[in-house]
Amino acid sequence: MAFIARRLAFYAVAVWAAVSINFMIPRLMPGNAIDAVLGKFQNLTPAVVKSLEAEFGFHPKGSIFSQYLSYWNDVIHFNLGISTSQYPTHVSTIIGQTLPWTLALVGVATVLSFTIGTLLGILAGWRRGGWLDRLMPGLTLLQAMPYFFLALLVIYLFAIVLGWLPYGQGYELGLTPGFNLPFIGSAVTHSILPAITIIATSIGGWMLQMRNVMLTTISEDYILVAQAKGLSTRRVMLTYGARNAILPNIAGFALSLGFVVAGALVMEIVFSYPGIGLTLYNAVTSSDYPLTQGIFLVISLAVLTASLLADIAYALADPRARSRSAF
Amino acid sequence: MGATALTASARPAVKPIAVLRSVASTWRRLPLKAKVGIVILVVFIVLAIFGPALAPYNASAVTSQATPEPPTIHHLFGTDNSGGDVLSEMLVGIRSTVEVGLFTGVIATVLSVLVGTAAGYLGGFADEGLSLFSNVVLVLPALPLLIVILAYEPHASAFATIVALSAVGWPWGARVIRAQTLSLRNRDFVLAAREVGEPAWRIIAFELIPNQIGLIAASFVGTFLYAILTSVALAFLGLTNLSDWSLGVILYWAQSGSAVELGAWWWYVFPGMAVAILGMSLVLINFGLDELSNPRLRASASLLRVGRRSWRPTDPTPVVREAPVEAEP
Repeated sequence: MAFIARRLAFYAVAVWAAVSINFMIPRLMPGNAIDAVLGKFQNLTPAVVKSLEAEFGFHPKGSIFSQYLSYWNDVIHFNLGISTSQYPTHVSTIIGQTLPWTLALVGVATVLSFTIGTLLGILAGWRRGGWLDRLMPGLTLLQAMPYFFLALLVIYLFAIVLGWLPYGQGYELGLTPGFNLPFIGSAVTHSILPAITIIATSIGGWMLQMRNVMLTTISEDYILVAQAKGLSTRRVMLTYGARNAILPNIAGFALSLGFVVAGALVMEIVFSYPGIGLTLYNAVTSSDYPLTQGIFLVISLAVLTASLLADIAYALADPRARSRSAF
Repeated sequence: MGATALTASARPAVKPIAVLRSVASTWRRLPLKAKVGIVILVVFIVLAIFGPALAPYNASAVTSQATPEPPTIHHLFGTDNSGGDVLSEMLVGIRSTVEVGLFTGVIATVLSVLVGTAAGYLGGFADEGLSLFSNVVLVLPALPLLIVILAYEPHASAFATIVALSAVGWPWGARVIRAQTLSLRNRDFVLAAREVGEPAWRIIAFELIPNQIGLIAASFVGTFLYAILTSVALAFLGLTNLSDWSLGVILYWAQSGSAVELGAWWWYVFPGMAVAILGMSLVLINFGLDELSNPRLRASASLLRVGRRSWRPTDPTPVVREAPVEAEP
């Protein structure tokens, strides 16, 4: 369990870094954020300006160190301030409304993409030079395409020209969100196109890595022995080949997650999907700094948690990781 | 100056023909994928240099036109909703997109080489500290971080974009180069250099870095790709300077001018395809570099078919599994 302990220590440092970056960015960047925000409220008397500044937490008192401590205190209590663009809603309330949309869509799409991509990679590596293997360059080239460009093409083709699926928003307007059939059906159909773009752009990476490791693995002696023993092809491929070749894919999961999240953020903006990416975009374009920073903090924590889970899965899958202490 | 010129002329002159021949033989050894990728990349670099001069129209000229026009003989890639010629905008915009990619690639690769070799060679606390630092930067989500940084610098210049992209983009390469340095540091030539008493910086600069030039090249190409895709995405979100044409800025105007809803496909398909082809060339170069160092990865050349499987010379001895079974007498 030294591995897990070491990873926990690492993620503790990463969380500390994320919170500290969030604390430092507004204090390091040039420009006066306060004026940008207060410019939105017209004709303010100085007294009102003072009280607004106090409410938003601008001009914090005390030394930089005591500010830092009180910032940590706020973060631990999820007190992320008040949104300036949706005044007077709390940042944590807005995040609570939008985060489930993103988690559901990106979570399902990522798991599907990882599973399908890994399976296809196993087959492509096993039958090198087969039709699936020849298809690989085409699939991986999807990765070189800007995410949002693929999304635009998908919208144009499936939503506008063919009119098969809806796009924009998370559900049909006029439905009441909740556990009722029309709403759930509408939410599912609205999520198909975004999910397809996430899967299409991320599947190639899983597939290519799995195929490459699979190629190295199947030239190992124990594969030859397994074949010579007369085990079935399926058993050799899955239990002897894939079982050993999958480790780098699981280890890579934690590191690739950042890219998936980045793609998903842009996807939400193109599809006007009511998740956290669209909210981040709206917050940035309306200079809503408390909301921007709150969302960055939540995204970082979500990515770090998922990475930690992937690391634990890796430790369960690879006995060597449990005894070896590696960063 | 005079002294260096003298020593240079005193040495046996390197014949330009010999240089050409060695370049040509290196070129011949490259996998096809890398060749295609390099040709496309060179085309883009030429366009980045001469594009603005080739543009048939003034890219920033605005006529009061309300609807985008489809491609015609006068406007090969159509026009946008203010009458701007999409082809001219692209020819002007490729320069800044390639610039951001190249500069970010160079800066981030230099950083990753410095951090990676220092961590791998020095070991101990320096390694622990530098590895921890690069892994933390690596695991934090890059695009949201960039969005938050650029939110405080609205409509950032190309320079600010390059700085922000480089600050976030170096750890991946550093990680790979550190691993390679770890395996090189105990080779004989490094031990010999240390025994002779060469200082650490000299060993890093003259022994370690030249011996992982292939890895550094691959890391540069990867960072170049990351910088292009990320800078185009940031421009598409309207976070960079919108008065300065780049491929991402064209896409931003297409999105904000609802090109998709209007069916004005030429407005976003041509610039989007340009980014995709540029990105594809970099992916192809990286595949080619991979195959050069690991022949097992090659897909189809020199295959031997035994049974129903394809084998190549590097594979273990083929085992024919579905051999026809002789009928028992």
